[in-house]
Amino acid sequence: MKKNKQTEIQVKLPFNKVVKRHWMLLLMLLPAVIYVLVFSYMPMTGIIMAFKRYQRAGGIYFSPWNGLNNFKALMIQGKLGMVTRNTLLYNIAFIFLGVVFEMGSAILLNEIVSKLFKKVAQSFMFLPYFISWVVAGAIMYNIFNYEKGIFNTVMAAIGASPVDLYNTPHLWPFVLIFLKLWKQTGYGSVVYLAAITGLDQEMFEAASIDGATEWQKIRYLTIPSLVPTMMIMVLLAIGNIFRGDFGLFYQTVKSSALLQPATDVIDTYVFRLLIDSSDYGVSAAAGLYQSVLCFITITVCNGIVKKIQPDYSLY
Amino acid sequence: MSSSKATAETPRMSRDLKKMNILGIILISLFALVCVLPFYLIIIASFTSETYMIRNGYPLLPSLKNATLEAYQLCLKNPGSIVRAYAVTGSATVIGTCLAVFMATMTGYVLSRKDFQWRNGFSFFFFFTTLFNGGLVPWYLLCVRYLHFKNSFLSLILPLMFSVWNMIIAKSFMAGIPQSISESAMIDGANDMRIFVSLILPLSKPLIATLGLFSALAYWNDWYNCMLFISNDSMFTLQYYLQRMLGSAEAMRTVAEKSGMPLTSAIPLESMQMAMTVIATGPIVLLYPFVQRYFVKGLTIGAVKG
Repeated sequence: MKKNKQTEIQVKLPFNKVVKRHWMLLLMLLPAVIYVLVFSYMPMTGIIMAFKRYQRAGGIYFSPWNGLNNFKALMIQGKLGMVTRNTLLYNIAFIFLGVVFEMGSAILLNEIVSKLFKKVAQSFMFLPYFISWVVAGAIMYNIFNYEKGIFNTVMAAIGASPVDLYNTPHLWPFVLIFLKLWKQTGYGSVVYLAAITGLDQEMFEAASIDGATEWQKIRYLTIPSLVPTMMIMVLLAIGNIFRGDFGLFYQTVKSSALLQPATDVIDTYVFRLLIDSSDYGVSAAAGLYQSVLCFITITVCNGIVKKIQPDYSLY
Repeated sequence: MSSSKATAETPRMSRDLKKMNILGIILISLFALVCVLPFYLIIIASFTSETYMIRNGYPLLPSLKNATLEAYQLCLKNPGSIVRAYAVTGSATVIGTCLAVFMATMTGYVLSRKDFQWRNGFSFFFFFTTLFNGGLVPWYLLCVRYLHFKNSFLSLILPLMFSVWNMIIAKSFMAGIPQSISESAMIDGANDMRIFVSLILPLSKPLIATLGLFSALAYWNDWYNCMLFISNDSMFTLQYYLQRMLGSAEAMRTVAEKSGMPLTSAIPLESMQMAMTVIATGPIVLLYPFVQRYFVKGLTIGAVKG
């Protein structure tokens, strides 16, 4: 990869030459550059809020300093460990099962001969991706609510005892993982399907001629060729391993205090700090804690990948 | 993807291929069924009368005898707020999607140009924002205090206008378009913007369809920005309106239960919620068939580097 790069760019132009030659390209980049400066880099400077006592008049930059008191307040609340653990465990499950389901269904879809079946099945699998978490939460509530939910109607019909999901915290990890896979698999499988489509078909034909079985082709050709795509997807997900999918947790759990020990993630926690207590300093401190954790994780993971197999690293 | 199965279309399909085909059909059918089942149940429920539901719970099978349009009629009886929510969401979706697709493709094109020697530097400048960010609070305060997003239509457009992820998809796709196209046009004296608009964009239909769908979905399904920034109920987006309505219906039910008032068929809360859910999801689902044929082609991803 590196070698290619060097042969493509034969001469490194000096700064003013690049500007002169590519001024139009730079102009075309300008909207996105401004956007990212305003909406991403500016807020980064706002992390100093974590060390300030926010006052309306002073705003982000001119409020008085507060030392580490915001972090102390966060520690005293005693929830940080729990929400961090929840976020991490949920995301590990999402990433691992996500890869299995997405790659698995892409490979299976590719094995199916009937084009019509493939098309219809794919549309069905994509349907959950189209709805908002508000709608998903509403659908879920109407299936699982205790008194009238469809689930308990069926349970009663087959003579099983009903399940009161909204008062049973220990079932929620399964429910949330199921929901996430339900909503995400259709989309994810297209990413892998696109990668399968791009593979060299002669390789498969040659394998067939040599008498390889379908399973052998999947095992020794398809799956290894999907590894680069998988690595990108996994590394991108690892970069957000301490960020919970806010919509998923917020819209399905609502604000049930009973379910919180099993379902509260850093994002919902920060959001509640911000909305309920309006304590900007403390919630900024929690946000900084989250960002730093994410940044360390992705830097370390990408570094490791780069060491082992530079082609698979993200940057 | 089907060319590898060219042998399969011939009559003598190997047994082993058949086995895989059947296994695929069974497993994919199961999963596809799980994906549509909830939608089926919700649509049935939205057409079922409240009295039936109170007696028997949610229906599993449609029955004409208990079918009613009552819930939809009640939802649309006072259509002012729904129509307004549709208008807000629709206009945000159309404007936002156009801007988002243009930004992602234009930026992606520049970064895919191999003769632009700063492209890796800029790629990382954008990509870094996905690795590290200031968190919710500084971003929220920036939007509210300095950009005056409270109750502004901009707050429904700008936060979703540029996504680095879409930019990476655009860049990966455009890296697959032969560089010689740009090069020969440059020799003919066309400038970069012209090359992008009149040569590259027409070759990127699958990409535009894919990014268009993603962006349209993001805007149509947005409740988050509305929840953060909008308090004026004439500017609620459809999803946020639904969220509010679900919340208040729940509250209404608790109030009714607490007061010991028997739930009569006067307010069909359940089926109304379902009807509202159907209305809020609505037309966006219809977009899919139009973009499906482009989808697999449009979604190539590659790393940030190179």
